[in-house]
Amino acid sequence: MRRREFLAGLAAGLALPGRAAAQAAEENPIAPLSPVDPKVLAVTKGAPVRKGRVQLTLPQLADNGNSVPMKVSVDSPMTAKDHVRAIHLFSERNPVRDMAAFYLGPDAGRAEVVSRVRLAGSQTVVALAELSDGTFWSGSTPVVVTLSACLDES
Amino acid sequence: MVARVQIPKEAKRGEIIEIRIVIQHPMETGFRRDDVGRPIKRNVITAFSCKFNGAQIFRADMSSGISANPYLQFYTVAQASGEFEFYWIDDEGNQGLEHQSIVVSG
Amino acid sequence: MSGRAAALALSALALAAGARAQERAIPLDQLRSGSSFLSGDLRALQNDEFANPALLWVERGEKLWREPAGSAGKACASCHKDDAASSMRGVATRYPRVDAASGKLMNLEARINDCRTARMGAEPFRYESEEMLGITAYVAKQSRGMPIAADIGGPARTHYDTGRAFYYQRRGQMNLSCAHCHEANWGKRLFAETISQGQPNAYPAYRLEWQTMGSLERRLRACLSGVRAEMLPYGDPAYRDLELFLAWRGQGLPIETPGVRR
Repeated sequence: MRRREFLAGLAAGLALPGRAAAQAAEENPIAPLSPVDPKVLAVTKGAPVRKGRVQLTLPQLADNGNSVPMKVSVDSPMTAKDHVRAIHLFSERNPVRDMAAFYLGPDAGRAEVVSRVRLAGSQTVVALAELSDGTFWSGSTPVVVTLSACLDES
Repeated sequence: MVARVQIPKEAKRGEIIEIRIVIQHPMETGFRRDDVGRPIKRNVITAFSCKFNGAQIFRADMSSGISANPYLQFYTVAQASGEFEFYWIDDEGNQGLEHQSIVVSG
Repeated sequence: MSGRAAALALSALALAAGARAQERAIPLDQLRSGSSFLSGDLRALQNDEFANPALLWVERGEKLWREPAGSAGKACASCHKDDAASSMRGVATRYPRVDAASGKLMNLEARINDCRTARMGAEPFRYESEEMLGITAYVAKQSRGMPIAADIGGPARTHYDTGRAFYYQRRGQMNLSCAHCHEANWGKRLFAETISQGQPNAYPAYRLEWQTMGSLERRLRACLSGVRAEMLPYGDPAYRDLELFLAWRGQGLPIETPGVRR
């Protein structure tokens, strides 16, 4: 998405936010997550990751990268024999790739966590669920994050 | 640290209840700079846990990827009356503690 | 801007200002709160009586309301009753207003500090301090849902005129006035955002960009930096005059404090 296409042409000084946007993109390049990413391996220890059962919900267009609503839920009966042990959140663009880890148990009732996250630019966010049977499942969702229209130094 | 907790005051045994908490904390990323260019030191809540009657029911490891004034919403099955204990600690070692009771019938 | 150009611009502005001194660029029935320009998520967050992050400051304000401070050993509640919901109801809708005793135009922050110094013998709260944000959010919240009704008559009139002139004055590296965005282009896009009418009815508000709570004055400073103009220091009377003009301009809009904004 080219930021210059958005310039509303009110005044000539808009190059400044544009440069900041380009700089932010350079400092935080997109690096898609792979199963052999060290952060992912730290969780899976090399076990295969299957796509599915995990629903990660974020808005298509974030109001502001500082606070983006996130809901992650995993399709699981949540019984003692079959439940979600943990849900890990990964970013493909943030300077810190492993965003959070939520540890549940059989008494959780529902494998669902809601929070608000920081996203350093448009990217795909990935959720990795670790089940009680040792299997790993993932879900992902892309989010468009733009910089604020005006520089705020207040 | 100011924190707000919301859980139902009462529930039926076996009911899945929603737990919500919001904590006032800057979750300073460590990537920002002040007005003369010096890096602002990172300080985020790294660990959060929720116990019910002493037993852990939820735990979260957090990073700068969680927004300032973190909001968490999670669930548990109501099994007995008792007390929830919420605990968290940040990079600087500041700790937070909140308690809230629930009456479970049936 | 050269001295001559500035003089010409100012005289033209004065003529224009005089001619349409009471003219509304946005008619009352077309006023729209900032929340109507928000996404559904942020609107819901603002209305969430638990998750609205600004409520963290309101809670702090509620504590401060009852906390005795200063040499007189009084709390706000000592004079204004424990039940702020009744004693403070409607108060925020009338600010900024001219204080009869001092003749000064006061916003809520100035009024609170006036109470603290003159009647409580306490230290004034610093602008944008946790305490000031907390107590102003708590007080203004008691008027939530009520229409803005600031008075620009009598001694307030000169402040309104100054505020109005400020609003229409070009400034900054971008040479823009408030009106260029918020009157000529509200509803249109700037980057990925839709320009609002720049209404003041939700402040103090939690702004995602700030990752914290902030006053209307801070928001005005943000706009000044946005057009690359020098930000006036906190407490500058120009802000209060502008706030009065904004209140007149947004007359009738319901108070939404504590608001949530981008």
